Amino acid sequence: MSAGIVSWGVYLPYWRLDRGAIGAAFGTAQGKGTRAVASYDEDTTTLGVEAARRALDVAGVPVPAELYFSTPAPAYLDKTNATTIHAALGLPASTGAYDLCGSVRSGWATLNLSALSGEQRPSMAVISDLRTGLAGGAEESQAGDGAVAFVFAPEGGVAEVIGQASATDEFLERWRVPGESASRQWEDRFGEEAYLPAGRSAFDEALEEAGLKADDVDHLVVSGLHTRAVGALRKELSVTADRLAPDYGSRIGNLGAAQAGLVLADVLERATPGQVIVVVGLADGADAMVLRTTGELTQVQESRRQAEAVRVADLVDQGRADLAYAVFLSWRGQLRREPPRRPDPERPDAPAMLRNEGWKFGFSASRCEACGFVHLPPTRVCLSCKAVDQMAPLRLADARGTVATFTVDRLAFSMSPPMVGAVIDFDGGGRYRGEMTDVDPAAVAIGNRVEMTFRRLYSAEGVHNYFWKARPVSDGADAPDRHPAPGDAARNERG
Amino acid sequence: MASRGIRDRVAIVGMGCTPFGELWDKSADDLLTDATVECVASAGIALEDVDAFWLGTMGSGLSGLTFTKPLKIDYKPVTHVENFCATGSEAFRNACYAVASGAYDLAMAVGMEKLKDSGYSGLTGIRQVGDGTLAGLSSPAVFSLLVPAYAHKYGVDPDELKAVLTRIAWKNHRNGAVNPRAQFQKEVSMEKIAASPLVAGQLGVFDCSGVSDGAAAVVVCRTEDAHRYTDSPLYVKGLSFVAGPAAGIIDPEYDYTSFEEVVRSASDAYSQAGVTDPRSQLAMAEVHDCFTPTELVLMEDLGFAERGTAWKEVLAGTFDRDGELPVNPDGGLKSFGHPIGASGLRMLFECWLQLRQQAPPERQIATVTEGGRTLGLTHNLGGGPGECVSFVGVVGSQPSD
Repeated sequence: MSAGIVSWGVYLPYWRLDRGAIGAAFGTAQGKGTRAVASYDEDTTTLGVEAARRALDVAGVPVPAELYFSTPAPAYLDKTNATTIHAALGLPASTGAYDLCGSVRSGWATLNLSALSGEQRPSMAVISDLRTGLAGGAEESQAGDGAVAFVFAPEGGVAEVIGQASATDEFLERWRVPGESASRQWEDRFGEEAYLPAGRSAFDEALEEAGLKADDVDHLVVSGLHTRAVGALRKELSVTADRLAPDYGSRIGNLGAAQAGLVLADVLERATPGQVIVVVGLADGADAMVLRTTGELTQVQESRRQAEAVRVADLVDQGRADLAYAVFLSWRGQLRREPPRRPDPERPDAPAMLRNEGWKFGFSASRCEACGFVHLPPTRVCLSCKAVDQMAPLRLADARGTVATFTVDRLAFSMSPPMVGAVIDFDGGGRYRGEMTDVDPAAVAIGNRVEMTFRRLYSAEGVHNYFWKARPVSDGADAPDRHPAPGDAARNERG
Repeated sequence: MASRGIRDRVAIVGMGCTPFGELWDKSADDLLTDATVECVASAGIALEDVDAFWLGTMGSGLSGLTFTKPLKIDYKPVTHVENFCATGSEAFRNACYAVASGAYDLAMAVGMEKLKDSGYSGLTGIRQVGDGTLAGLSSPAVFSLLVPAYAHKYGVDPDELKAVLTRIAWKNHRNGAVNPRAQFQKEVSMEKIAASPLVAGQLGVFDCSGVSDGAAAVVVCRTEDAHRYTDSPLYVKGLSFVAGPAAGIIDPEYDYTSFEEVVRSASDAYSQAGVTDPRSQLAMAEVHDCFTPTELVLMEDLGFAERGTAWKEVLAGTFDRDGELPVNPDGGLKSFGHPIGASGLRMLFECWLQLRQQAPPERQIATVTEGGRTLGLTHNLGGGPGECVSFVGVVGSQPSD
């Protein structure tokens, strides 16, 4: 049994922006392909939650003793974002949760740190990015939004880290001051010149540490926001073209800090035991990591199939590409859209959020231990048998449910009207009336199958109001009996 | 446990009701003054004769001072009542109990709401942010949840159900068209209703009640004193109010085609009033048509139609002003808008006119003049499907045997 990566999760948002729509709006040459777009109710924290849930939703993954979160676009400063992810995952208080935020390169620090720490105890790295850019610019069209998560543990690793190297350099290539949503860049050729030697050096030294040569590499991942340097380095590293891992940039764009992780996850889903993977990242110098897959890989790939974990190669092909460019701009604050004539939402109350932490962040209901009735939100008195204070918490964030009835609300305040509302009956008990997201309002029907997703309802006075929404089950082929629910017996008891 | 009621022990001897509408030129104080002055004149009394007051308003003022300040009332008990959309009816119910108990001889209930100063579309609630997890669905959206559920349960084609809802709106606007107090005094064609812009789910603008300002007032006394004030009082037959445990929003067994709170309060009120077959015994019903599907479901919950059949009865015209049981003959919330605190008493005002045959001839209902029926029902519900409060009251123009 070796230390290393024991699980991974990738999340790409539901929406894609057709690059052609940008050119059409500006009357310029129309780009090809699409980019992944975080919805109006997502931020780097919620993207991270979704990726982390996928990494943990596989049998046998240990509970992380620590969680490191990295993003160049943090939802909060001063306040830790990792603690929100921690709460949404329902992790124990003893699991540390820390941010490494700010630069793209922090994503590398997170991976390295988690890998190192994972040799001692289970450690999770969550890396998330949400890239906007200026309207009509290259970053807007070529970047993408998404998140990845990796769990490292002392044993059961499917890929062990056998070499690591950094080539740090200080040069001004891409930068952004706090508060801005678009980064600035020096001219392209300068970056290429600056990155190439660093990338070559990190690659060579990491391989040397692992005692390997370029010929031994089965999968090469080169990632970075400097497309030209990445392309040049891929050509230079004397690894044959068939061993270059695809980055799916034409369909989802460049995920920035999360790109290396996305490509690595894809490789892990295709690799066989005993293969060598090299990941090189170009950001203010270069970092490289050499991994070797182990005999555990086959078993884990099988467990993930059984858990119906969605594969990167499939994920990139999903998504809805009919997002209007003007809507994208309004989501990113580049276009002010007139709100409904309704009062602005108010910030939630901090004491109430703390009292209800399990509900708000973990979607934890209460189940009456006397009769089994499930209450959302949790209550002290049972609706069914009136027992007082006999409740046990029951996390329903990962449960699935069925739409009992629904509506499309064109009057309610929403960052992106209309709001879709639905009454959800969870498998095994529990009813909740709430919002749906990532859904075509015209396609909602009684009987639809849904799952929960962690979102930002709105922000007011600088407070991000996070909570859970329902979305159509992503595989679409789900049936109520697929997940035998723990509360079925409870429901029967009520007769 | 008992709900014994106060059948025939309390009489209504005077009422007042302002015109409802977007009353830019009327303040909350003006509305209270207008309704109160009309009410005391109707009873032939002076305001000083009233011993105690119940003020119903949800958001247009706090405390009894809201009432005593504009009317300069000298040191009298004023109880401020709030119970969502049943606020006005609650003020009335409690005033009735006060005189029935013998504590006071003359009591007045006043309901008022000034909504149109807010500047927003639709109703706006009070601040209840808490942990920020309450779904922000608007009222029309919450009530529109009934529509797919009803269609699904009874196998009604969605287009046909839309036609049913359209006919409810059409009927209520038709009734309001001849009512000088209504906010909207115009018939609206079914085509226009059906084509109105969607607000929530299948509900268009014309499926929603308006937003208006208004006030209404009633004065009550013990029955034995009624003829000191009027030759034609109305008698209180039954008053029932329930707040449910908000079961439907958390209980998967609730199917969004009924309001259990309404079923319970109707059953209680009928039992107090001795009503066994509401459809044939009532001369009229004023029900809470905040949105058209609400009225549809209420027809079944109030026992006017069998389960799953109200949609057919609506299409058959059963609840038209000249139908078997006129529902909302004054035009309902649809034509009056819904100034929360005032609505319940506005409904009672229609019973006051119709049962005493004081409505103008063009809208006087035949169930009274020709059918000889003497009972009228008022109903409010506040909240939404699965979590609401409900009031059902029955009044009559004749004392029981």
